[in-house]
Amino acid sequence: MGYTLNFAVVWRNFDLLLGGLGLSLGLAFVSIVIGIAIGLFTAFLLNAKRSIAHGAAVVYVAAIRNTPILILILFTYFALPQMGVRLDKLQSFIFTMAIYAGAYLAEVFRGALLGVPKGLREAGLAIGLTELQIKKSITIPIMVRNALPALSSTFISLFKDTSLAATIAVPELTFYARKINNESFRVIETWSVTCLIYVATCVVLAALLRLLERRMAIPR
Amino acid sequence: MNQSFLDVLWLARMQILQGLGMTLLISALAIVVGTFVGVFVGLALTYGATPLRWLARIYTDFIRGTPVLVLILASYYILGTVGVHLDAFQAGVLALAVFCSSHIGEIVRGALQTIHRGQTEAAKAIGLTFSQTFLYVLMPQAARQAMPSWVNTAAEIVKASTLLSVIGVAELLLTNQQIIARTFMSLPFYFSCGFLYFLINFGIERFGKYVERRLAISTN
Repeated sequence: MGYTLNFAVVWRNFDLLLGGLGLSLGLAFVSIVIGIAIGLFTAFLLNAKRSIAHGAAVVYVAAIRNTPILILILFTYFALPQMGVRLDKLQSFIFTMAIYAGAYLAEVFRGALLGVPKGLREAGLAIGLTELQIKKSITIPIMVRNALPALSSTFISLFKDTSLAATIAVPELTFYARKINNESFRVIETWSVTCLIYVATCVVLAALLRLLERRMAIPR
Repeated sequence: MNQSFLDVLWLARMQILQGLGMTLLISALAIVVGTFVGVFVGLALTYGATPLRWLARIYTDFIRGTPVLVLILASYYILGTVGVHLDAFQAGVLALAVFCSSHIGEIVRGALQTIHRGQTEAAKAIGLTFSQTFLYVLMPQAARQAMPSWVNTAAEIVKASTLLSVIGVAELLLTNQQIIARTFMSLPFYFSCGFLYFLINFGIERFGKYVERRLAISTN
């Protein structure tokens, strides 16, 4: 096999990869924050009585969950401008990811909402809280704790999905990996290091989120 | 020049159908191979001797921690460099199958763990070999348990197959992109392409529900 490993190029460009990783994490974070807001809103609609808003929420979740994320990204970036909606690369990517995460989180939150005991809501009513107060200080805090494990895994898969931003030339980790690969032809070195960066980040994220879950767990 | 979308769609129908066929072929291959390998990964994760179990654990965690796009790019570029000459189609299917197998492995592990130990012990007591135990005791139960997640993974693979467009496999998304490059009709073609994926995945989901109902052990 006439191939000798030489990691020099990858190390020389390591700060590019790390910068890309930073952008990946940032994109995932901003998207999940907006996605949580969308998901929460949608989850309440999903659990509400049948109405036009409920129907719209069902269609939104089914449509987004059954469409490939790559098509959604390309659609927002290339097709929406034809309808007069102009977003730059970052905006359109974050927009897509937030909508995408929102649909998945809506299902997560819906399940978590069903896990909030009914008696607690009734207890809130009994001591004279308003609907909004009940949501704010009873339903949502318990629901968020119920949803946390699924929320963590959604965040991690969202982080992995940021690699798709490379297809619309957002300079994140995969984008730089392709760039280094194409410029140096150090194929094995580039991709193995990139894989390891992703895996290591996922492992660290998972550990941090598990810590958060444990801290936020309802004491028993 | 003032062609309408439907005219262009009609002219390009064979191309789109070919892309659709390609997408279905890629997905089916990846799911079949991935499931086959995944069952063994799951068995290794649950019943394997310690070194084998660790190996399977590293495999699944590594694959699950890497974005699919990175897996596809790595498989496409790296294998060629080390002398395994696969074309884009083969490299892509391989990456998807590997991705699929790691997910199926986890699903199988989860399903096997829900089966009470006493059953394997009982099987041993009446003198079944391990392969007989698996075939007649574990698999029928685990299959029912794993069915919903397996269907989810299948839909996930169909969606991930869009990523093969990045390495130039002419599946449904890439054929649509070629048409868009020719006609600049990005809005309707991305939309119709997304809609086709929606139909495929919706079909898979419905089919999964149907099989689940057929397989369910009646409890009356």
